[in-house]
Order: sequence, then structure tokens, then C-alpha cells
Amino acid sequence: MRLPCPICGERDRREFYYKGHALALNRPDPDADDAEWDDYVHLRDNPAGRTRDLWYHSAGCGAWIVVDRDTVTHEVFGATLAEDAEARDAAG
Amino acid sequence: MRFSALRILKEGLTGNAGWGPHWRSPEPKREYDVIIIGGGGHGLSTAYYLAKNHGITNVAVLERGYLGGGNVGRNTTIVRANYFLEGNSQFYSHSLKLWEGLEQDLNYNVMLSQRGQLMLCHSDGQRDAYARRGNAIVNQGDDAELWSAEKVREEIPYLDFDNTRFPIYGGLMQRRAGSARHDAVAWGYARGASDRGVDLIQQCEVTGIDIENGRVTGVQTTRGPIRAGKVAQVVAGRSSQVAAMAGMRLPIESTVLQAFVTEGLKPCIDHVISFGMGHFYISQSDKGGLVFGGDIDFYASYAQRGNLPMKEHVMEAAMTLMPVIGKARVLRSWGGIMDMTPDGSPIIDHSGIEGYYINAGWCYGGFKAVPGSGYALAHLMATGQPHDSAAAFRLDRFRTGRGLMDEEGTGAQHNLH
Ligand SMILES: Cc1cc2nc3c(=O)[nH]c(=O)nc-3n(C[C@H](O)[C@H](O)[C@H](O)COP(=O)(O)OP(=O)(O)OC[C@H]3O[C@@H](n4cnc5c(N)ncnc54)[C@H](O)[C@@H]3O)c2cc1C
Ligand SMILES: [Zn+2]
Repeated sequence: MRLPCPICGERDRREFYYKGHALALNRPDPDADDAEWDDYVHLRDNPAGRTRDLWYHSAGCGAWIVVDRDTVTHEVFGATLAEDAEARDAAG
Repeated sequence: MRFSALRILKEGLTGNAGWGPHWRSPEPKREYDVIIIGGGGHGLSTAYYLAKNHGITNVAVLERGYLGGGNVGRNTTIVRANYFLEGNSQFYSHSLKLWEGLEQDLNYNVMLSQRGQLMLCHSDGQRDAYARRGNAIVNQGDDAELWSAEKVREEIPYLDFDNTRFPIYGGLMQRRAGSARHDAVAWGYARGASDRGVDLIQQCEVTGIDIENGRVTGVQTTRGPIRAGKVAQVVAGRSSQVAAMAGMRLPIESTVLQAFVTEGLKPCIDHVISFGMGHFYISQSDKGGLVFGGDIDFYASYAQRGNLPMKEHVMEAAMTLMPVIGKARVLRSWGGIMDMTPDGSPIIDHSGIEGYYINAGWCYGGFKAVPGSGYALAHLMATGQPHDSAAAFRLDRFRTGRGLMDEEGTGAQHNLH
């Protein structure tokens, strides 16, 4: 599998560290209740199909990226910088 | 039909024409007392123990493919009881005891081979940790031996003892550990369940869970709706999809685990050997192939085939541990979908939906658990109380943070196990 880093271009999977579902960007408020934190830390949709997940380009530019890909076919549809994805989510 | 030496002799002399199918293949009834979703090792053993231990025989096992076609038929068959943490350790201890009586119990040759498993250590710290683990295992009544480097060298001379990064300091041996024939375990439980009245329904995919007023009433399947007052999902890598049908999200992420086998060789590896540098383990099958594997592919996947970086890593680990393996040719590799939990330990629990139960999160270690898991889930479903051996496998331990069982000590997070 090769992932398209928005900064470096397409790179081998070996260059990236996998964090998990991009849900990791939506950190709850520190005072949120345990159900919300459970949702964030543990519970997953875990789709068989299209997903968005978070990767760190550790052996490259050091950017966190959100990859849009398919968990069954391993087809990769695209990637954005996590900071842009965050900004977009914040804007609604 | 019972297996016996006499019967095998007789069949051998009469052209093996007298063997019949091992289980019935009935049409699904419209209603059962209990439905088990998933005909893998855990689903079949659950059905067997429901019937055998609790007399609950109006049971259907619904399998979307064929019995034993999932991970139970794809794994590397290591069986052991050398877990460390309270909660896990008593469960695997119980499961290994069930393994030891399984062939007599099922009248089926599951080819349990207690050849011993050796976990190698490569530093003083790792040796201390193994000594502590070994003591804990012995304290609970199981077996463990701490082997010195000299002892390892005597028994397994072909390892690379003086590797600069991973020199061998010794190892922790469990003699009662070993391997078993994966298909036979599934078939043996299937036959035992079927003989006691359980309906095994293949080619029957569950597509919906019927819930009325917070209570399960049955399932929708590709072979029509089937009603039941109690339903358990026992679907390993597909746990999240089936739970979603019941409106639940689980603390599970599915990833691929690969395995490899070489061409058949003369007997050379007598035990199961685990390299202590991370995840790499190897044993030799009865056919002579070296069966080995390593870590999961480390990202969410349902591809049921592995990626190249992990193949490379596993081969490197093999060459580091035993350079002699470079002479062998790899015949095949394959992958299975693992239901990974954040702490790496499983779940056997009531779901919170009346009558609906969850057995999941076996990660890469659920084959050794097949007897113990079915035993415990059957107990829970029949009595409403968790079995002592599996009382710690609670679903709510993630939300509450109490009772997490992180054997590796890396943290209870999805990407760390
Ligand atoms: C490569 C590899 C090596 C492994 N090595 C070991 C090892 O050495 N030791 C060890 O202890 N463990 C090992 N494991 C782990 C072990 O194989 C699994 O944890 C265990 O088999 C999972 O439980 P199961 O047998 O019930 O799963 P499965 O056999 O996968 O059963 C689940 C069943 O559910 C069915 N199903 C799914 N969805 C539906 C639906 N909607 N309707 C109906 N049916 C459905 C599937 O078709 C499948 O047959 C390994 C796994 C792999 C992949
Ligand atoms: Zn980059």
C-alpha cells in the first residue's frame, strides 16, 4: 500500500505510523462524561469498506495526515493534512 | 458414529466406504431457544457446551460460509496457558485443561501435541520478567521452567545465540503447551453439537438483529427470519458489523494477521519457539512444513491477505533467530481478520440488550481459547452468571477503566497491540 502525503507525494506504507480512525482528531472536552471519552478512546465503527484514518509521516516530513481509503480493497482515494481536516471540522 | 481403532481397521479393509457425514445439515427451523451467530471455533464450542453442560439443545449455529472456514481454519494452532495477568491467566489455564481432555470428550482426534513452547529472552530485564511470569504460572498450578542459555543451546543448537542485538539469555518453557489440528477442532465440536441436537446451518448469513423493547427476539438471515429468545454473536473479525446490526459500537478494530508455511522438511523443530524481540514464533507441522508468523499488519483492514512490509519483517526475524531457515523455501502465506481490542484481551459478556450476548476481541490468540471460551459463554447464557474463569472479560472495563488486561503493558489503545 502506498499513501499520498500532501507534502511529499506518494510514499510506501513503511514510512508511516498508523494511529487509527480519524475520530482521534475530535478530542472531547476534558470535562466530558465517561461515555463520551469511551466513545473517543475505545469504541469504533470499524467499517468494512470506506474509512478515514490518521497516519503520521514519521520517515518523511513529519506531518499527520488523514487518509481516505477502503479497508477491504486497500484502494486509497486521497489524503489531506490533519490540520486542514481539523480546521474543516471546526468550521462545521 | 464413534471412532475407534477397530473401526478404522475395519474401514481400511473395506475400502473406507462406511464413513458417513459427521454432522446433519438440516433446514433452519423458524424458531430456536438459542441462536449462535458464527460457526468458527468459538461458536461451535459454545453450542457444544450449551448442549452438553446445560442440556440446552434447541440451538442453531448460523454460519455465513462453511463451518471452520474463518480464522479457526487459518491460524497457526499454538495452544498454551502462560499468560500473566489475573483474569487472563485463569481463563487460559482452564482452557488448556479442557484441551487436555478434548479428544476423549469429543471422540475426535484433534491432534493435540504438547511439544512445549519456549519463549526466548534476550536481556537481563526480560529474563527477570519471565522468572516472575513463570512463578505466577506455577503458583496457579500450571507448569513453567526457566531455561538457562546453556539449556537452550543443548536443546535447540541451531539458533543464533550470539546475535549482537538479540543474544539469547535463556527462555521460559511451558511443556504442556503445543499445537493442535485446527480443522479437527472445529469438526469435532460440530459433530458433538450436532449429535446432541444442535442445528448447524451453513450458507446462512445474519443480516439483521431483531430487537423489540430492548430485548432480542430473533435474527434476519439470507435464509429468512429466525426467532430466538437468546442470541450470541461469535463472529471474530466481523464483530463490529454484526454488533452494528444490534445498534452497538464495540471497542474493536479489525486488522490482518499473516502466517507462513515452508515446504515439508524432515523433523527439525521440536517445540514451539517464540522469539523475544517482538512477535515471531515458529513450529513444525506434522506434515513437515515450518509454520510461522509475526505481528499484525497494524492498520484497520478486512483484506484477508497480508501486506509486504510485514512479510519482510517476519522473514527478517526468522533469519535473525535461526539463519538455517534461509535454506527453506516458503510455500504459502495467508491472512485472517483479527478482532483487536484496545487492551488486547477478549470480551465474553452480556451486551446490555436483553438476551443478546457478545463473544469477541480474541485478537491473535483465540485458537487456544476455543474450548474455554465456548464453555464460559455457554455458562453465561444458561445461568445468567459469568463463569469464574472468564468473569474478567467484561465489556464495560473500557468505559470504567477498571479491570483492563494489557498483557504487553503497552497501554490500552487501539494501535498498540
Ligand atoms: C494467521 C493467524 C494465526 C493465528 N495463530 C493463532 C495461534 O497460533 N494461537 C491462537 O491461540 N490463536 C491464533 N490465531 C487467532 C485465532 O485463529 C482466532 O482468534 C480465533 O479463531 C477466532 O475465533 P473463531 O474460531 O470463532 O473465529 P472464526 O473461525 O473466524 O469464526 C467466525 C465465523 O463467523 C462467521 N460470520 C461472520 N459474520 C457472520 C454473519 N453475519 N452471519 C453468519 N456468520 C458470520 C464467519 O464466516 C466465521 O466462520 C491466529 C489467527 C490468524 C488469522
Ligand atoms: Zn510527508
